[in-house]
Amino acid sequence: MDIISDIKKPENMVYGRPALLTDNVMHYCPGCSHGTVHKIVAEVIEEMGIQDRTIGISPVGCSVFAYNYIDIDWQEAAHGRAPALATATKRLCPDKYVFTYQGDGDLASIGTAEIIHACSRGENIVVIFINNGIYGMTGGQMAPTTLLGMKTSTTPYGRDPKLNGFPLKITEMLAALDGTAFITRQSVHTAAAVRKTKNAIRKGFEYSMKDVGLSFIEVVSTCNSGWKLSPVEANAWMVEHMFVKYPLGDIKDVLK
Amino acid sequence: MTEKILMKGNEAIAISAIRNGVDGYFGYPITPQSEVMETLMKEKPWETTGMVVLQAESELSSINMVYGGASCGKKVMTSSSSPGISLMCEGISYMAGAELPCVIVDVMRGGPGLGTIQPSQSDYSQSVKGGGHGDYHCIVIAPASPQDMYDYVDWGFELAFKYRNPVIILADGIIGQLMEKVELHPVKPRRTAEEILRDAPWATTGKPASRQRNIITSLSLDANTQEEFNRKLLAKYETIKENEVKFCEYHTEDAEYLFVAFGCSSRICEAATDILREEGIKAGLLRPVTLYPFPEKKIAGLAGQVKSMMSIELNLGQMVEDVRLAVNGRCPVGFYGRQGGNIYTPEEIVDEFKKFNNLK
Amino acid sequence: MKEEIIIAGFGGQGVLSMGKILAYSAIMQDLEVTWMPSYGPEMRGGTANVCVIISDKKISSPIITRYDTAIILNQQSLDKFEKSIKPGGLLIYDPSGITRAPERTDIKIYSIDAIEVAASIGNAKVYNMAVLGAYLKARPFLEMKNVVKGLEKSIPARYADVIPKNREAIEKGMEQAKLVLE
Repeated sequence: MDIISDIKKPENMVYGRPALLTDNVMHYCPGCSHGTVHKIVAEVIEEMGIQDRTIGISPVGCSVFAYNYIDIDWQEAAHGRAPALATATKRLCPDKYVFTYQGDGDLASIGTAEIIHACSRGENIVVIFINNGIYGMTGGQMAPTTLLGMKTSTTPYGRDPKLNGFPLKITEMLAALDGTAFITRQSVHTAAAVRKTKNAIRKGFEYSMKDVGLSFIEVVSTCNSGWKLSPVEANAWMVEHMFVKYPLGDIKDVLK
Repeated sequence: MTEKILMKGNEAIAISAIRNGVDGYFGYPITPQSEVMETLMKEKPWETTGMVVLQAESELSSINMVYGGASCGKKVMTSSSSPGISLMCEGISYMAGAELPCVIVDVMRGGPGLGTIQPSQSDYSQSVKGGGHGDYHCIVIAPASPQDMYDYVDWGFELAFKYRNPVIILADGIIGQLMEKVELHPVKPRRTAEEILRDAPWATTGKPASRQRNIITSLSLDANTQEEFNRKLLAKYETIKENEVKFCEYHTEDAEYLFVAFGCSSRICEAATDILREEGIKAGLLRPVTLYPFPEKKIAGLAGQVKSMMSIELNLGQMVEDVRLAVNGRCPVGFYGRQGGNIYTPEEIVDEFKKFNNLK
Repeated sequence: MKEEIIIAGFGGQGVLSMGKILAYSAIMQDLEVTWMPSYGPEMRGGTANVCVIISDKKISSPIITRYDTAIILNQQSLDKFEKSIKPGGLLIYDPSGITRAPERTDIKIYSIDAIEVAASIGNAKVYNMAVLGAYLKARPFLEMKNVVKGLEKSIPARYADVIPKNREAIEKGMEQAKLVLE
């Protein structure tokens, strides 16, 4: 026991849970990317020292309960409407850091109008977009970003473009809008990828105070439950298939 | 001396918002209420009071901007007309569920569907009974003049914040388009950040170390938690019914016959009452000012006094259901309405009144 | 007193603004007013009309279908509203806007060639003020000083330089209005 408390000295600390993550046990499936993204969002807010100036908008979808996990003020939006809430929040409280956290069903399907117009107006907000190509919360239905041939509960024979249309690359679409400042696509499947995503999220938060427009960070993610793969298999499948359709890297940066 | 200005009901909403310290307006153009946003844009209040005015991409977005603004404890509002309000019903239900204060102006036009752009009162049931999903009520107040439009913005916010509940100002194309002189009351400044912290301690104002995080949500997956919340809402609605009923009476003290009418219809019925009184028929008028809470006790009381009541509405008969519930069979209750944007004249109402009451 | 007026013509003839200036002038004389336009598709280039009620008492119904005065600027409006003037009421019309003369004999009728007045002043936009002048002559219950105040209140400050021409048109309209039927 003495040995353990001896080791747990601050000077020996190399890694810890961010203070802004609450003690609530996450409801996410083991292997899900949400937990990692939540952690780096909490780290960014903590490192920037902006807990009392940050307002998060959570979506409808698996991350509807994001407000249970990051210790900041939250608004829970109706399905797809988070960018509208964020727009008003930022315009009425310009000294606050305002971000939405949305999945692909929320942002790229039911909420397309809200995200496109928030981008087009150049709202000074941050959008964190979790793209796992499936509806997780409702049990694995087709999402707008579901890959061709991919099996879901509403495309049991694989996504067929004749029947179900094509995967939507909404991030590239948004990059074409004049109101967006920083658009990037990242992932969190390796330690290096996590670091890159964290840096991108931090850059988004910083840009949101520079009056340059909207920052949009897509995180290509896994849904091992929905994909019916183990976490390790899911990561491999994502690299092999998702990254082909959704290649990683910065797409737009107006300050570069 | 307070200034008196000739203005449209729609303009009065906009000017009142600026002068009563409203923080934000989010809307989408639709006839017959587009003057609300046009007036705000012309007045540029962001340069004077700092009020935010934004044209959204849809009514869906407008109401969700209102949701976001209200979550921050700000006084925020929107306005629309019938089809736009239908689109907003999702957001209104969420705001009722998250107990968010806001003011929504509905300048009604004829429906269903795209309908007409002429005046109507056919959103009574939508506003008073719900509109969106779930067990909830908005507080609904019905102006009958541009002056009411001006006054009800501030009153609406007072009620909205007192009860943490959406308030609907249920107007119609006549009241929106009608110009009359409006008395401008002294200016009320916007609330300071400190005042918002005091008045809306529940708001998402940024979490300091000293308090728990504030979460604005309408979600509870647990049935018992949700039921407990539903019953909390019920208790709130009961308090509202107890405290906030408002109505206007015209010649009710000795009335043998009663008109019940709200908004523009109440003014037309006032003229009909005058015509009948000149003929020696003791008619009276009850104008519900709050449609929710409905003046049911007052109507129940008058049911024991009058020979009959008539509900006069620009629809197929919506409020009349509430009048009948309040009367509970104690006197005959008739209805006369016009639809599609057509408006009755006082003489027409007098004729229908006589038919219903078998009077010459 | 209570005066129920309809003003009707084509969109662009200044029907709504004439009604507004009349209503504002009455407010300046401490009278009660309502101004209710027809609105909707007809605003887009078709006919436009507005009902103005002026009273020394609170006004109940803003909706009227019988008029003490009809101010008529085109044929469609004459066809539609001539029959709705109360017996003993007043009709004011611009002869250049109509092809058929009024038929009523139980009302007082004035005509005003407002185009000529506007032309003599050199500003087509004061057309409606010439018509208003004819009305003020036929129904002399508003003091000129209140009409001028009404003008000032109705016209945005940035256009204040047009007020003298509008006033001139009102005065010329008063002079040139012709009594057609007593």
